[in-house]
Amino acid sequence: MRRSWETGPGLLGWLGSVDHKEIGKRYIYTAFAFFLAGGVQALLMRAQLARPENGLLSPELYNQFFSMHGTTMIFLFATPIQSGIGNFVLPLMLGSRDMAFPRLNAFGYWVFLFAGLFMYSSYLLGGAPAGGWFNYVPLTGPVFSPGWGIDFYTLGLIFLGISTTAGAINFIVSTFKLRAPGMSINRLPLLIWSFLTTSFVIIFALPALTTANALLFLDRRFGTHVFDPAGGGNVLLWQHLFWIFGHPDVYIIFLPAVGMVSSIVPTFARRPMVGYTLLVLATVATGIISFGVWAHHMFAVGLTPLAMAFFGAASLMIAIPSGIQVFAWLGTMLGGRVVLASPLLFVLGFLVLFVIGGVTGVMFAAVPFDWQATDSYFVVAHFHYVLIGGAVFPIFAGLHYWFPKMTGRMLDERIAWLTFWVMFVGFNLAFFPMHILGLLGMPRRVYTYQPDLGWDDLNLLATMGAFLFALGVLIFVYNVVRSLAGGEPAGDNPWDASTLEWATTSPPPPYNFLAIPVVHSREPLWDPQSEAGGPLLEVGHRTLGTSVLDADPTQLLRMPKDSLWPLALALSLLIVFVGLLVNLLLVVLVGLLLTFLCITGWLWPPHRTRELLT
Amino acid sequence: MSRATVATLPSEVSGARAVGWWGMVLLITTEATLFACLLFSYFYLAVSNPVWPLGGIQPPDLLLPGSGTVVLLSSSAPMAWAEAGIRRGQQGRLRLGMALSFLLGAVFLGIQAVEYSHKPFTPQTNAYGSLFFTITGFHGAHVFVGLLMSAVTQLRAWLGHFSASRFLAVQNSALYWHFVDAVWIFIFASLYLSPHVL
Repeated sequence: MRRSWETGPGLLGWLGSVDHKEIGKRYIYTAFAFFLAGGVQALLMRAQLARPENGLLSPELYNQFFSMHGTTMIFLFATPIQSGIGNFVLPLMLGSRDMAFPRLNAFGYWVFLFAGLFMYSSYLLGGAPAGGWFNYVPLTGPVFSPGWGIDFYTLGLIFLGISTTAGAINFIVSTFKLRAPGMSINRLPLLIWSFLTTSFVIIFALPALTTANALLFLDRRFGTHVFDPAGGGNVLLWQHLFWIFGHPDVYIIFLPAVGMVSSIVPTFARRPMVGYTLLVLATVATGIISFGVWAHHMFAVGLTPLAMAFFGAASLMIAIPSGIQVFAWLGTMLGGRVVLASPLLFVLGFLVLFVIGGVTGVMFAAVPFDWQATDSYFVVAHFHYVLIGGAVFPIFAGLHYWFPKMTGRMLDERIAWLTFWVMFVGFNLAFFPMHILGLLGMPRRVYTYQPDLGWDDLNLLATMGAFLFALGVLIFVYNVVRSLAGGEPAGDNPWDASTLEWATTSPPPPYNFLAIPVVHSREPLWDPQSEAGGPLLEVGHRTLGTSVLDADPTQLLRMPKDSLWPLALALSLLIVFVGLLVNLLLVVLVGLLLTFLCITGWLWPPHRTRELLT
Repeated sequence: MSRATVATLPSEVSGARAVGWWGMVLLITTEATLFACLLFSYFYLAVSNPVWPLGGIQPPDLLLPGSGTVVLLSSSAPMAWAEAGIRRGQQGRLRLGMALSFLLGAVFLGIQAVEYSHKPFTPQTNAYGSLFFTITGFHGAHVFVGLLMSAVTQLRAWLGHFSASRFLAVQNSALYWHFVDAVWIFIFASLYLSPHVL
């Protein structure tokens, strides 16, 4: 069994691995590296702003840093690291042996890595994109941003989108078809509901970003006029397309984080989650409403009053499902016997910060307030409370929670508490003063300011807080390294949690489960009915396929083994995008030909071995 | 559930039971959204300009693209006929139907090339020209991908890869082809018909 599922030895085995656990960990490590890179840029910006008229960074470099900081944190950290946790946890939680498309999973990782390196190579090749993370035209058009900077942004994000879309399709199909027998749709863990909703949001939102970037690339490279008013184009079209993607993207980042919270709270409250059905509805409703709020990023551009009323009201409405979730978590903890361990500590931090960020969000839904505070540091404070409070703290909660499962080792609990407090205090020192700075009139994205405006002390405080937050992240890294070297062994289920990923060993064997588990309730491991195992699939490289609603077994899926096609296909696409960047048609055509050959080779049926037929 | 029943479960499945089918359906869903975003951009610019098409360009002539439309939409029929054939194990019907469908798709691309060569404007003329060529060109690229998919599937059909119980690749190839046809209805209505009536 182990021989059939294990990744092959050596470099080729490493490059060809399709094991979801291996790929999940690669996503996490890579995304964390981008988190550190984005963080270093943030620290340099804070150092520049520590005192007025500082000369540490040039305005040009400062613009590149804030653009790449935002782009990195949104696209190369927040989404991929949650894909990583999802990739590792989801098949285990479903009671499956892998994702529905293991090779597509490997392909998604390679594309993510290459797209990230592609965008970061801009620093060495004439300068990074400097138009902010939402890259508004006309600033980013051919007239005001010559050079390759913006092309790295448009092409890089289209390239990365392939990875995100592939991942979303994989999550959806795995959830639909690869569940343990008995895990009917009303027993699906809340984390999986979150990933399912997020993946559907990606399917419908990401094309808007791809469209915007493709049209901008054509405008810049081939002289089309879609965003050029002189040729009948319209600059506001960029803002619409970008935010039709961009606001749902906030929930693409937030919903998996919410799912992690809903996994952690019941474990440490020692009771099932309160209001399961309401939470599912709230999750799905958030995903749907997120498509109706995009123009609240555009209140200051002169929309009609009717449009503003509609988007303002929709934005207020999203507070309802968020409120339901917060009260369900609080209710679960109130009604349980709370064990306060480090994952729950990060969740509590999340609750405090998310409520603050949510309240300032509701303030922005009021159009007149938005007009006053838009493009000020108040906005910067708001979205960092939402994104760091609402996503980074849950991600750290999730990393502390699943680290024992991923590595078989416990993190040191006392260092974990220190991590939390340093990050929590550092975060608030860094970002709370920005609310006040914004109300005092400090605009975002300025590389310096005058000394006599009363902004000096608050800026210095924010800078100190940012460095303290970074120290917290470093303490976490130290804890991880220390535990990997010699942490306490974790055992199968160190938190005594209820979901299936804790039913196997830590770290799990390559095939996850020898006998596919059978589920009788929402909390299979707290359920006395739970059997030790269902069907044994000992022979061959297979897992069980089940029906979409009731999870009745319908088929045996043959799973692919190690393959180099995913890496080859990702490299072919990299050639296409490099060709587009440097404007060499021949390179593009070679890349496209290789892409075609790789897809054909990938999908070509393997020779039937004896093992496959048994 | 006993171990014996699991051992009898099938490995060759098609349609909504197959993971590959779901993968194709979701790929089509996200691609359809991409076309919707392009058409949104087209109508956004159409209503934000006082006249449309821009710069004295006449609404497109319907004869040539209309016949192309008939050719493309009719190509779905032999594809469906081929798929229904292989479900009954009829290899000849599979090969003939897919070849016919391929031919009609290629004729459509030829008609589009002729139409392009007669256009009095280019993508660089103005925003109307930009979007006209971007949207129809993007669709043409999808037709081309559909043809490649069909070609590989036909090669596999000649190699005898498919049978009455094993035809998921045919099914997926057909699904994609029908999608490429269906999306053209929306493009034709938006880019060719709407300038005549709006």
